[in-house]
Amino acid sequence: MPKVTIDGTVVEVPAGSSVLQACELAGKEIPRFCYHDRLSVAGNCRMCLVEVEKNPKPVASCAFPVADGMVVWTDSPMVRRGRRGALEFLLINHPLDCPICDQGGECDLQDESMAYGLDRSRFREQKRAVRDKYFGPLIKTVMTRCIHCTRCIRFAQEIAGVPELGATGRGENMEVTNYIERMLTSELSGNIIDLCPVGALTSKPYAFVARSWELVKTDSIDVLDAVGCNIRIDSRGPEVLRIVPRLHEDVNEEWLGDKSRFALDGLRRRRLDRPWVKRGGKLEEASWQEAFTAIADRLGRLNGARIGAVAGDLADAESMLALKHLMQQLGSNNLDCRQLGEKFDASRRDFYLFNTTIAGIEDADALLLIGTNPRREAPVLNARIRKRWLAGNFPVAAIGEPAELTYAVEWLGNSPQVLAQLLAEAHPFLKRLQAAERPMLILGQGALARADGAAMLAAAWELARKAGLLRPEWHGFNVLHAAAARVGALDLGFLPGEGGKSLDAMLDDGVDALWLLGADEFPIERIGPRTFVIYQGHHGDRGASRADVILPGAAYTEKHGTYVNTEGRVQRGALAVYPPGDAREDWKILRAFSAVMGKPLPYDDLESLRAKLEAENPIFGRIDECPRRGCADLSGPKGDAQALTDAPFVSPISDYYRTDPISRASPTMALCQEALRANMPIAAE
Amino acid sequence: MNEDVRTGFEAFQPETFAFDEQSEAEIEKILRKYPPGRQASAVLPLLYLVQNQMARQTGSGWVPRAAMDVVAKRLEMPPIRVYEVATFYTMFQLRPVGRFHLQVCTTTPCWLRGSDKVVAACKQEAGIRGFGETSADGLFTLSEVECLGACVNAPVLQINNDLYEDLDAERTIALLQAFRRGEPPPPGSTIGRIGSAPEGGPMTLISEIEPPPAPGAE
Ligand code: SF4
Ligand code: FES
Ligand code: FES
Repeated sequence: MPKVTIDGTVVEVPAGSSVLQACELAGKEIPRFCYHDRLSVAGNCRMCLVEVEKNPKPVASCAFPVADGMVVWTDSPMVRRGRRGALEFLLINHPLDCPICDQGGECDLQDESMAYGLDRSRFREQKRAVRDKYFGPLIKTVMTRCIHCTRCIRFAQEIAGVPELGATGRGENMEVTNYIERMLTSELSGNIIDLCPVGALTSKPYAFVARSWELVKTDSIDVLDAVGCNIRIDSRGPEVLRIVPRLHEDVNEEWLGDKSRFALDGLRRRRLDRPWVKRGGKLEEASWQEAFTAIADRLGRLNGARIGAVAGDLADAESMLALKHLMQQLGSNNLDCRQLGEKFDASRRDFYLFNTTIAGIEDADALLLIGTNPRREAPVLNARIRKRWLAGNFPVAAIGEPAELTYAVEWLGNSPQVLAQLLAEAHPFLKRLQAAERPMLILGQGALARADGAAMLAAAWELARKAGLLRPEWHGFNVLHAAAARVGALDLGFLPGEGGKSLDAMLDDGVDALWLLGADEFPIERIGPRTFVIYQGHHGDRGASRADVILPGAAYTEKHGTYVNTEGRVQRGALAVYPPGDAREDWKILRAFSAVMGKPLPYDDLESLRAKLEAENPIFGRIDECPRRGCADLSGPKGDAQALTDAPFVSPISDYYRTDPISRASPTMALCQEALRANMPIAAE
Repeated sequence: MNEDVRTGFEAFQPETFAFDEQSEAEIEKILRKYPPGRQASAVLPLLYLVQNQMARQTGSGWVPRAAMDVVAKRLEMPPIRVYEVATFYTMFQLRPVGRFHLQVCTTTPCWLRGSDKVVAACKQEAGIRGFGETSADGLFTLSEVECLGACVNAPVLQINNDLYEDLDAERTIALLQAFRRGEPPPPGSTIGRIGSAPEGGPMTLISEIEPPPAPGAE
């Protein structure tokens, strides 16, 4: 490894590093605008200048490879003069509108100007002005501010895989644009807001809403898909104003899906902020006491076996456990979390996890997708697949509905019979899997939710076994969940107990009372007319519309909650703002109700509840641990691999922007849906 | 050229574009030059074909956005990459121009040799006030361009795809009149020199050189 001397300190850096990377290793901060360590090197802003001995001119360190024995100065007079010059040029055409710019306070250009800027301009000529562009309802553009770093262009091309941005014109007339004034067709488009080092690209819904220094920042976890992206919730007073990604190399790197970032205006709309009780066929506002009494009256008269509970897609593990305990106290075994009727086998964790892990995708060398559209179901995870694909030598094939996934996919057909052929060794792709060293497959919720879901699960496992996906040091069998709550629910056994009824059996008056914990995604209309429905949740969505009693709960930004992502990684979200009105954290509601029933649940605070959670399943104590797995026990899940039908696959997510009560309440998400539709005719031509 | 960048929404843009037979024949020849998977390299020649075909069909040589999309599709490249190329090169016209696109070189050599007079003559004859304008009869559009690479024969005026050289005011006016009459003269020098040969005949190698004596001869 080459040794480089940086400001007098010798560091050893991997061969092929750039001088900038070497400087970082030496703990020297190098100012930059265009360089980004997840994007290709452009070398066009010249802000990262350093002095390299024996070089007559300063060099752009981001694009300059290290050599053994190189001597670098990062803060010499030459360097400072060079950077000042580069910055002066960048500022020539940059407007002085920081006071009305949303980037103000978190702008790289502002920061660097503090360090290298002149306090006056020597430029006497006309500044140029650039017309703003339309990038859709999420991204606001003020293109006169653009410094042409091309980060957004490179992100669209490289990470998002939708080459829709470019630089037109040249010289003084260069403009960063999509040229055709249509919404960017990426679920990851919001990330260019974070990447833009200046205020050219900012968040449209957040425009002129707040200054960064007014915000209270809370580290939390996203729940709008099952990836468990790490987020930071920015709030002011009682309102969540912004959600941005937080770095987690093994989960979301530094990206976040547009829904997770922008659906937050749904948190303010259609909220259940007080209890409601149905009297004489009409829901009426009520006090907690009245609501609890109404429920207690009803449940008290019922046999436990006639009571059921369903956990929704956004539920935290704590409230699910409390609900499970409550049901046990009532004598009910009728629990279910499988809103789509997915046929899981929860007897072993690796039957329902994304075992390869998200970071593990980068080590895989062949991939088969079965009944899944990862781009819609988990855009950030899809970006990881694309990253792996870009690295080369990564055959991807898919069984399911053809779609543009941003990487080359060999579509084997939209029928489970292809899977049967693979199993029968009658399909050439089997050879590709077998030849691979670390092959993987991803089974989607769409596949598991089918009538033959159990067969699908068994067949996929069988294929994994046959094709060598399951090895002591490599686990290539993956279930991709779409709901943030699902893995946690399976981990704590929110499933029908001994003799308990599944969701399907609870519907059509299979029970007399049904407790919905934020459950809105199953066919609500199938709840029988005589069933008494308690809806505990935060939005007046499908479930609440059928409720007899509504208990207002907390959205994920308003409670401390534990979530397990599709990999089985346990993470904790945190309360950023308090629930609105009379709404309360969900586990507290359940705890309070149990007291009304005369048998208080045995925990008074979050710590003791979390201790119970850990007692239920020790993995809940292992926060953010997700070791790479191997598979020693090859015996498969129950289900008859031969029972595959030939019905085509359907994705459970038809519209990425509206998948849950929060995004359905979000006007921004509605705009996205519309804008995407407006794009359609062109996309189809 | 800022206004050009959003041509996609301007009323003069045709909805569709299709290559005609003549262009198709050319495309076939062009694409054969590039190995499979590298067709994107043909983007420049194809954009030229578009411009020429438009000139043939509509009398105005320019590149509509619909045509850029057609090129993108044909070359299997993202449309934005074609927009980038088409807007980068000033040789591609992004809005309709007159039947005869007058491109006056005003770079230093041409300027020293009187390009100002050529510009003035163009304005006068076409009845145009400034660069970027099109004459009322739709025949002429005047543009200012940088060096056309024919400085030896400065000043130079490019009309559509052809260069007219060694111009002065009178010859420029005569040239435009000829175009207006529909009798464009052959391109090249307007004072009759061949290529870049010296004005008024050869100035070097004018006498026969005595061949050197054969080796061994006394
Ligand atoms: S818009 Fe922002 S990210 Fe894109 S090139 Fe301009 S400054 Fe860079
Ligand atoms: S960061 Fe090196 S040139 Fe921009
Ligand atoms: S300067 Fe006019 S052709 Fe070169």
